[in-house]
Amino acid sequence: MFQVRIHGRGGQGVVTGAELLSVAAYLEGKHAQAFPSFGSERTGAPVVSFCRIDDKEIRLREPILEPDALIVQDPTLFKAIDVCQGLKPNGYLLVNSNRSLTDLHLETVAKELPAGHVVTVPASELALKHVGRPLPNAALLGAFARLTGIIDLKSVIAAIDGAFTKKIAAGNIAAAAAAYDAIAGAAAAA
Amino acid sequence: MLKQIEGSRAMAEAIGLCRPEVICAYPITPQTHIVEGLGEMVRTGDIKNCEFINVESEFAALSVAIGASAAGARAYTATASQGLLYMAEAVYNASGLGLPIVMTLGNRAIGAPINIWNDHSDAMAMCDSGWMQLFAETNQEAADLHIQAFRLAEELSMPVMVCVDGFILTHAVERVDIPKQVDVDAYLPPYEPVQVLDPRDPVSIGAMVGPEAFTEVRYLQHYKQTLALRLIPEFAAAFKSRFGRDSGGLLRSYRAEDAELIVVAMGSVNGTIKDTIDEMRADGLSIGLVTLVSFRPFPTAALREKLVRARNVVVIEKSLAVGMGGPLANNVDLALRNVEAAPQVHSVIAGLGGRPITRASLHRVLRQALEQPWEGSHFLDLNEKIIAKELHYVRKVRRSGPTAENLLRRLGQAADHAVV
Repeated sequence: MFQVRIHGRGGQGVVTGAELLSVAAYLEGKHAQAFPSFGSERTGAPVVSFCRIDDKEIRLREPILEPDALIVQDPTLFKAIDVCQGLKPNGYLLVNSNRSLTDLHLETVAKELPAGHVVTVPASELALKHVGRPLPNAALLGAFARLTGIIDLKSVIAAIDGAFTKKIAAGNIAAAAAAYDAIAGAAAAA
Repeated sequence: MLKQIEGSRAMAEAIGLCRPEVICAYPITPQTHIVEGLGEMVRTGDIKNCEFINVESEFAALSVAIGASAAGARAYTATASQGLLYMAEAVYNASGLGLPIVMTLGNRAIGAPINIWNDHSDAMAMCDSGWMQLFAETNQEAADLHIQAFRLAEELSMPVMVCVDGFILTHAVERVDIPKQVDVDAYLPPYEPVQVLDPRDPVSIGAMVGPEAFTEVRYLQHYKQTLALRLIPEFAAAFKSRFGRDSGGLLRSYRAEDAELIVVAMGSVNGTIKDTIDEMRADGLSIGLVTLVSFRPFPTAALREKLVRARNVVVIEKSLAVGMGGPLANNVDLALRNVEAAPQVHSVIAGLGGRPITRASLHRVLRQALEQPWEGSHFLDLNEKIIAKELHYVRKVRRSGPTAENLLRRLGQAADHAVV
């Protein structure tokens, strides 16, 4: 089972991100379970959502306490809460930012994880460019597909395509593909 | 058709396939997405010959459902928590009048203190109201139970509550097989009411009944629920032969046949318990599970048959009858009443107000049950430290203030002023 926890703020599409990821996994024939953190969500407040992916039926209903991957939609959360809590030693950390790991004070975290498992991607900027609004979730899923290899970019694109109207879907698909390429470029450079 | 879908949406689609004729509901978290979905499907014509009635309260929602059902319509509503309490008088009227309404309960805690999260307090508050109560383990079962609920309700002319864990199921997106209309039509015949308010053939429904017949009316209500003990497995079997999957029934067991310790639970927590049991079985421990689907009628004989060979029974439930303990544990005790050398029953109160029930905590409490079984209620993951501090404080200070706010302050979640 592969478990993903998404951290962000109310209004960033944290819950939608987990749902889209579950649909992408479902489209590949996998079992997937997405659920929100059940808080009283409000715009700007820290929000958490979860997604489990497995080859067999998922029965577990506890929150994800030991994620295989973390997607962080807002890097200012690192100062507010213990975002990395429970992250597995071979886990992945994907951060929405145009800054470097050094700037974000994430070098210590990166050292504890396998090389190349901690990555930043300017998802908000890519969304602003392709969608016209700084909603990073679709772009982050594109980057997630490249970083982890757990799902295919094609499945992410299909999930986005099924969830939104044509114009909004097209923008988000472009943002996801651009983020995928950005990670591919970063991996090649490293 | 397989879909990756939110639980609430899956339930709305399944309810739509049952061809309801009147839907009335007042929104309350976490039930809202279900009736939003239904409202949309009525508007777009995906549900035909159906009136969606906006009402001003939960009391009105169920009262309108009662009127619609008495007029011969297939009626549906949904609520949760305080909403169920607000409609309480109508809840008893629906069952007392024998009207086959189906209602989804998105299980949620009851205030005060106000809490929007999941537990089974609402279902337990109305468990003796004469409604049948079926608890779903997964969203697949939540969808399926609604189809079976209409058939059960209409066969007996008695209302059914489908209990679905709020947020944990209602807001989870997972794989659900949405049945085909043709199969639902074959499974669920058109509603043929046993009593109708019809101006062409006037009758009176809801007469005052004195001591001369009140006991008999109640007895017949109770008798119908005993009939349901036979019908619920029958309808689950018929469901399986048409739709190809096990959903519903009175109860199910998991690795329990030879188990020394058997866990009893209701609702979505059963999945987490199954994973825990697999891990404990791998460690060589003799443990199994009985999942109760039907809480009303309570399947006393079927449950006794499942439990009687165990040494210990642990009842894990998301409810507390204050001053008594676990209501489900109490009912399980009843199933073992007068049984010679009956297993010991141990009660665990867990998941109140949405506290997650984790595998780690289940491992801890179930190992304790094997090694050092306890008497009375065990409160899973109870923060004994803040309780000790609070008890000490209220002994010392007469005007100690409101309990909930004191505890939040101790947790650092409401720091307007410190308590000592």
